[in-house]
Amino acid sequence: MAKEIETVCITTGPTEVGDYVTLNIGPIHPAMHGTLRVITKTDGETIISAKPEIGYLHRGVEKLGENLTYSQFLPITDRLNYCSAICNNVAYEMAVEKLLGIEVPPKAQLIRMIMMELARIADHEVCVGILGVDLGALTPFFYLIIQREEIYEIFEWHHGARLTNSMGAIGGVEADLPDRFHEKWPRMRDSIRKANDDTDKLLTHNRIWMDRTVGVNAFCGDDALNWGFTGPMLRACGVKRDLRKNEPYLLYDKVDFDIPAGKHGDVFDRYMVRMLEMEQSVKIIDQAYAMYKELPEDAPLMKKVPKILRPPAGQIYHAIESPNGELGFFIRSDGSDKPYRIKIRPPCYMVYQAFDDLVKGEMISDLIACLSSLNVIAGELDR
Amino acid sequence: MSLKERVANILKNDLLEITESKGDVCVEISRQTLVNALKRLKEEGGFDFLSDLLGIDNSDLYAKPKKKKKKTEDGTEQEQEEKGPPPPRFEVVYLLLSLSTNERLQVRVRVPEDDLELPSVTSLWRSANWPERETFDMFGIRFNGHPNMRRLLMWDEFQDYPLRKDYPLEGKGEERHLNYNIA
Repeated sequence: MAKEIETVCITTGPTEVGDYVTLNIGPIHPAMHGTLRVITKTDGETIISAKPEIGYLHRGVEKLGENLTYSQFLPITDRLNYCSAICNNVAYEMAVEKLLGIEVPPKAQLIRMIMMELARIADHEVCVGILGVDLGALTPFFYLIIQREEIYEIFEWHHGARLTNSMGAIGGVEADLPDRFHEKWPRMRDSIRKANDDTDKLLTHNRIWMDRTVGVNAFCGDDALNWGFTGPMLRACGVKRDLRKNEPYLLYDKVDFDIPAGKHGDVFDRYMVRMLEMEQSVKIIDQAYAMYKELPEDAPLMKKVPKILRPPAGQIYHAIESPNGELGFFIRSDGSDKPYRIKIRPPCYMVYQAFDDLVKGEMISDLIACLSSLNVIAGELDR
Repeated sequence: MSLKERVANILKNDLLEITESKGDVCVEISRQTLVNALKRLKEEGGFDFLSDLLGIDNSDLYAKPKKKKKKTEDGTEQEQEEKGPPPPRFEVVYLLLSLSTNERLQVRVRVPEDDLELPSVTSLWRSANWPERETFDMFGIRFNGHPNMRRLLMWDEFQDYPLRKDYPLEGKGEERHLNYNIA
């Protein structure tokens, strides 16, 4: 045990194994996103190995789920990926709806789609913005974070919360799109595009930016699939896979959008995939909003479900494409009002376990760039 | 050919049970044939992506129907017990996905309480690395052949297995007795 503790302290001298230096980054470090900790073994500035240690934000969400009713668990899902809480909410609601065997009215599906795509834009904006900050580019962060605030304003109008949204309920959504959304969206669409354009102008062809990102942590598609990568991380490696296209849910099969994909799986490709995905999300919202407009104003928002849900016994797995990748909920029901077992499949969990493979042989400053581009959210990682 | 038939064709005698719930197909295989069966599913069946892997503690599930029978009749309850021991306490579910056909398949394996061991599938999918460690952390099921079988979310000195049904929600007060031997 005593040997284990030694690695906790930052040792600056050579250790007994070769001349490598063990450097402990995190869990409390300004460059680490949340309570993440990486134990690196370095040779000068080069990383020999980087072992992530997780669990610093473990709150026992799955254990809590077994002791709460189906509706009570919904606000806890906000605390998984707090950058895009709505996607967690909808993923959980849809998993329970699959278990109950109910279909949500089309208007609720469209509102869910619009809100989820807004959350996706907000999540990508944070990711790209923070990636810039970590690499020393502060200005794009402000362009993007202003847009995120605008999106949070819409969330606040709709369901009253900005970060921990708890949007909707099992069976639909609780409220129609707010009136102010109709006038705000056309203006906001342009401002989101303008902020992305400005960021693009500042970063994409910037010499320093390219030096820091192009070719850093390149990863091949086969390895990525073997490691269980999903979402933008997988698409950056050149595998065109998106659950919105491959296993369509809600009304995603009725909207037209592309899947941007990279080629080399390096930090630059991940950045580009996220930037292009924001553009696609704007496209999806436009189409979903047009479909929403065609529906009558008094169309139902909620499917009638009993107050206390008792799904029939069985086990299901349902996954959606969250901003980070495949977010799945496995639920086993024993016929009572509480789930017998809930398992969350967080997208960044699978990505982060390959961290050693990703950063081996790179420099310490590239480790920070890699970590930012993975968009690892500690709340989702540790549950 | 439906998914069920195809899976049955691939697994043949290794298949113990096949169930379907809300469109999700779940097959049960035995511990001894686990790695071989998963390998065949991966290579012949096209299930080339491991989404996730999770453990389940079934002790509460088996406890429930017995209580009901006690209330109704005493005679039937005795007959039930004579039939044999209850099914193994734990099970591990593998969530597989076929990237070409976008079909999902659940594979479950039962693990008895007195022999908590399973072969590791990290040689087939590297994505099983952390999920297997987490299953060990939460249920105490060891995976033989795993490169680093340590606790993942809880700290190394933690004694219990928190996701077991007999572990109380509020914990057993471990956080008050942290014993670190700092040299």
